[in-house]
Amino acid sequence: MTTAAAPAAKAAKRRTPRGDAPQKWGNPGTYFIALILVAVCISPVLYIILGGFRTNSQITTSPAGLPSPWVISNYVNVLTSSTFWQEFGNSAIVGILTTIGTVILGVMVSFVLARYDFKFKGAIYSLFAAGLMFPMVIAITPLYIVIKDLGLVDNLFGVIIPQIAFSLPTTIIILVPFLKAIPNEIEEAASIDGASRLGFFFRMVVPLSLPGVVTVGILAFVGAWNNYILPLYILNSSATFTLPLGVQAFSSQYSADTAKILAFTSLSMLPALIFFSLFERRIVGGLTGAVKG
Amino acid sequence: MSNTLGTDTVVIGDRRQSQGATEAGVTAVTPASPRAAKPRRRGRGRLRLEIAVLAGPAIIVFVAFVIFPVALAAYYGFFKWHGYGPATDFVGLNNYKLILTDPAFHSVLWHNGAILVLSLLIQGPLSIFLALLLNQKIKGRSLIRVLIFVPYVISEVIVGTGFSLMLQSNGAFNDLLHNVGLGGLAADWLSDPNLALWTLMAIISWKYIGFAVILMLAGLQSIPEELFEAAQIDGASYWQIQRSITLPLLGPTIRIWAFLSIIGSLQLFDLVYIIWGQFVSGTAGTSTMAIYMVAQGRDAGNYGYGSAVAVVMFLISLIIALIYQRFILRRDLQGAVTEGAK
Repeated sequence: MTTAAAPAAKAAKRRTPRGDAPQKWGNPGTYFIALILVAVCISPVLYIILGGFRTNSQITTSPAGLPSPWVISNYVNVLTSSTFWQEFGNSAIVGILTTIGTVILGVMVSFVLARYDFKFKGAIYSLFAAGLMFPMVIAITPLYIVIKDLGLVDNLFGVIIPQIAFSLPTTIIILVPFLKAIPNEIEEAASIDGASRLGFFFRMVVPLSLPGVVTVGILAFVGAWNNYILPLYILNSSATFTLPLGVQAFSSQYSADTAKILAFTSLSMLPALIFFSLFERRIVGGLTGAVKG
Repeated sequence: MSNTLGTDTVVIGDRRQSQGATEAGVTAVTPASPRAAKPRRRGRGRLRLEIAVLAGPAIIVFVAFVIFPVALAAYYGFFKWHGYGPATDFVGLNNYKLILTDPAFHSVLWHNGAILVLSLLIQGPLSIFLALLLNQKIKGRSLIRVLIFVPYVISEVIVGTGFSLMLQSNGAFNDLLHNVGLGGLAADWLSDPNLALWTLMAIISWKYIGFAVILMLAGLQSIPEELFEAAQIDGASYWQIQRSITLPLLGPTIRIWAFLSIIGSLQLFDLVYIIWGQFVSGTAGTSTMAIYMVAQGRDAGNYGYGSAVAVVMFLISLIIALIYQRFILRRDLQGAVTEGAK
């Protein structure tokens, strides 16, 4: 929308080192509020992580205290239990296959929507865009019936395939502008060099769209890793549980052992957190790009 | 989104012919395109095949697992059906009558409405304020942005588990209040019906404020700097600039965020289900439509009724989405989420 003004804005930024507008704010106040904000955002997470390093008696006598002494037995217990690793493995399978499926299907259909001209293009795009409005919770009851009819209940693919389907709208909305932005000249050059449209797709589009693909891939992975309601419906036996189901099962099974619950919980949020911190710029950039168009 | 759905839907005529026409038109407009360079190389059949091969799988998966289930819900909603064998016990609109007259549904509807309005009222101003604050050049800004986004990345199950332990009446939060001398404020945050909804709102705000702030920051950064400079030269104060320049230009971002927030509020499930469970949530006053759907459908083994609840939720979301798009998002539609449709 305002991209035309961007270079000018950058030039202006260089000319006047910023900080003139917010002068009246007084910097200490800004830092103070920012500090409070960060503390509020982070302390519940720290509570979960640090709580795993305490004993139950520490937690009972001083619920808000810090670990003293630090104990690692809770984490060791969880890390040596087969339940955790099985659920971790299930979540990893679901996350990775969902990501691969979403990226492959998403790039292909986005390429068509971005660079081909055909009659139903707008309608197909709108169909996917409308999917944004109807999240999984609304469709879950009939979705369960469909999965049951396909015989995929208690099967990880019963989670993976719907997860891919529900990741497609976001993927397409992020990827289509990305693929449109590839200059026509590159396509022409490829065609002069004798590449077909599909050759152009594999040799040029896939590498050039990699940043966008990474964004949608991470979103799909984190979405699949964190999803709760779909596994809740589809996966019934504990052998197929993913981590979110596992966390809930664990916390009702060991409801008296708060420290162990906290250790289990913090270990199960770790992969999504690591993924996010590695690719934070891309996620944030992709989200904002999608909203700004 | 659905606005374009209406305008873009093309008349389904002779597909072959019209596709050829479109293609010819394109070739005429962009003479430098590869198709013009090698006219009719391998013909239109190949083009159609490519489109079908590339777009087909995604469309099939999407229709089969997103669109079809919603249609199926509309069908099963007319039956009394327990999920086994074909649905034969046709009850007409009976399920819908039961839903609309069930006081329990009225109360979840009320909760969803309250959550929707409170989310907008709490997170909207707060996220704009925080975005304005973080848009300044301060040290560690990018680190702050990462940290406030962390709650958004953690799954609802973990957030729910953590908060339900922390907010127990003998939990860490009350202990913290005692330690800083505010012991008088300690309360039963989760089960007191007067407090539970506000507790839920606090947790929702905590979880989703980072997302709102990131969106607002992106919106702020797309406002050209010259406008601020011009206003400053004209002697406008900081707050005048924010009110007359920032807020209006941030409008599209705010409206898109509000839309996402509304849709999110209508389908809230995980957090409530984890923290309160499907039984306590009713008495604590936090149950939502989705909780009602799962309790009455899946847990009661009454899939026909559950489907009908899904249809009601779908219609409520659809109506709100359409009204919102028709009257509020209309002016943004061209440049916003539907950009790629053009």
